Amino acid sequence: MNGVNKVESYEGEWMRPGHYACPGCGVAIAMRLALKALGKKTILVIVPSCSAAIAAPFPNTSLGVSGFHTAFETAAPAAAGIAHSLDIRGKKDITVVACAGDGGTFDIGLQSLSGAADRNENLIYLCFDNEAYMNTGIQVSSATPNGAWTVTSPSGSIGRKKRFMDIIVAHRIPYAATASIGFPEDYMEKVKKARTIKGLKFIHIFTPCPTGWRMAENLTGNAAILAVESGIFQLYEVFEGKRYQLSYEPSRLPVSEYLKIQGRYRHLNEDQVLRMQTEVDEEWERLTKRTKGCL
Amino acid sequence: MKKLSSGNYAVAEAVRQAKVQFIAAYPITPQTSIYEKISEMEAQALLTGSMARVESEHSAITMCVSASMAGIRVFSATSSQGLALMHEMLHFASGNRSPMVMVCVNRAIAAPWSLGTDQTDTLAQRDTGWMQFYCEDNQEVYDTVLQAYKISEKILLPSMVIMDGFFTSHFIEPMDFADDADIDQFLSGSASPDRFDIENPTYISSLVNANDYLAFKKRKFTDMEAAKEVIAEVEEEFKQIFKRSYGMVETVETNDAEIVMVTSGAMTSTGRVAIESLRKKGLRVGLLKIKTFRPFPYEEVEEALRGVRKVVVIDRNVSIGKGGIFCSEVQSAINNSSVNPLVYGYIAGLAGMDVSSGVLEGIVMEVQEKESPDRLPVWVGGN
Repeated sequence: MNGVNKVESYEGEWMRPGHYACPGCGVAIAMRLALKALGKKTILVIVPSCSAAIAAPFPNTSLGVSGFHTAFETAAPAAAGIAHSLDIRGKKDITVVACAGDGGTFDIGLQSLSGAADRNENLIYLCFDNEAYMNTGIQVSSATPNGAWTVTSPSGSIGRKKRFMDIIVAHRIPYAATASIGFPEDYMEKVKKARTIKGLKFIHIFTPCPTGWRMAENLTGNAAILAVESGIFQLYEVFEGKRYQLSYEPSRLPVSEYLKIQGRYRHLNEDQVLRMQTEVDEEWERLTKRTKGCL
Repeated sequence: MKKLSSGNYAVAEAVRQAKVQFIAAYPITPQTSIYEKISEMEAQALLTGSMARVESEHSAITMCVSASMAGIRVFSATSSQGLALMHEMLHFASGNRSPMVMVCVNRAIAAPWSLGTDQTDTLAQRDTGWMQFYCEDNQEVYDTVLQAYKISEKILLPSMVIMDGFFTSHFIEPMDFADDADIDQFLSGSASPDRFDIENPTYISSLVNANDYLAFKKRKFTDMEAAKEVIAEVEEEFKQIFKRSYGMVETVETNDAEIVMVTSGAMTSTGRVAIESLRKKGLRVGLLKIKTFRPFPYEEVEEALRGVRKVVVIDRNVSIGKGGIFCSEVQSAINNSSVNPLVYGYIAGLAGMDVSSGVLEGIVMEVQEKESPDRLPVWVGGN
């Protein structure tokens, strides 16, 4: 049949080596861990993104489960269509998972994700956030942090990175969480938890990108951990759009510790770094109020 | 017994009777009453499947494509801007060999805005790999939706069943509705294959090299041509049960005709009246109705125009920079063929402008007088 190639799997692993990711790719790690947590009875929907490069090309695939490579802005509705079919045919034990990057989620796929979240479609949505359009060669997205270099923001992004979790939580979906490949057990537990909940589950995963962040490929894990420890990326869960629960209490290292290993922030002056620290402190206060039920 | 129904309500009834398992839709005039009627049916628990009230046509078609790839019968309906928004995913439907059926109610495309019927919306989707059936009246729309499921599920290409906004979608006509049991019999055995088998995993619509890309396209092209045979078979089977048939094209009084008028959609009904009137006046005039536009019935068109001196194609659509789209297609179909009539192009009825029998008769008289066709189409009406 057209567009179809047979795939096999390793014991307990549903993504094979030999894929097309760059060395040190955070998204490849995130996909592998998610599939380990999800297991065989999974159908993936993938959109143009680094995950699409990792999954293909024809006639090969690194995936050990079925996948559908759909259009850029359609991760959520394409997954929802499959979920409806499974529901109608009584196949309740199969999980449909939409995989998209930050561009496919924060930008072009926002409308269709919002629609799917509003209808509470039964799927897991994994957003692999590497903070720019990396698959097309490092262009700025609305997930790119303020000041960060990309090819299309050569003097630093003027955007501020959307507070995407706020947007998705406003839909009052049953489960929304953030995760990081620097904290793999926490991440996999969240994927497993999402699998048991009916409705739309959204997981925002922080996936450092050595190629786009201008850092050595052996620093992916460090960057992921430093982002969490500095408070740049917070790990938490939100249930039913209201109850916030902190997943990890960070040591609150200075933000500069995280910034200094990345070439994309090399041009920042002291004032800019200070401003970033202030913003991180404010965001942390905001999350703390929420986890204590004060906001 | 005949029952009164609008074209849109007839579509909803066909969807219910075809036991469609999933419907996704979004409101747009003049399609909306299909969506509303199906919603009412769902509320009354008359539907086999479920429904999604999506946030855009783009998501409607996306959900339909992936749901049908996952093994169920699906439906959507749209018009004009909605169809234009779906454009990207129309290619995904045919490229992934989804057998979905969609009803498109013709409406003019902005800008400027208009709600009236105009085929440019669906004809602009000509190259997306969908079968296209332009229907003349409510009965034909109803029958064609039912046939389209069987055709699409056999050939694994999607179908667009097309009707004129308001003239067909909203006009109420006496119709024959089939018994549910007869439709069960007619559609038995058809099914959409499940493409996501857990035990036999697949990766669908991957990135391919140029050679493989060509192979996929060529296969789709060949299958679209093969669809002609399937369309004929399905129509024959439909005729056995329901006693009605249409053909990919229909000819009226073409055998001895000197001039043949070519129409599609609702305008054909008016064309029939015009031909009858012109015949009474002693003109040897015939009518060729083109129902199936993709795959294009070039053999049938050639046959219908054998011995004809002049052909006049009336287009309720226009390709800016070229002319009427049916006219161009007829010209290219007879090029290098055994027939060689003069082909006259007229643009008439855009945005739902009424094209009366008198207007059509006037066009034929003009063509009769005119030695040779103009290079550019003649515009009927407008300033």
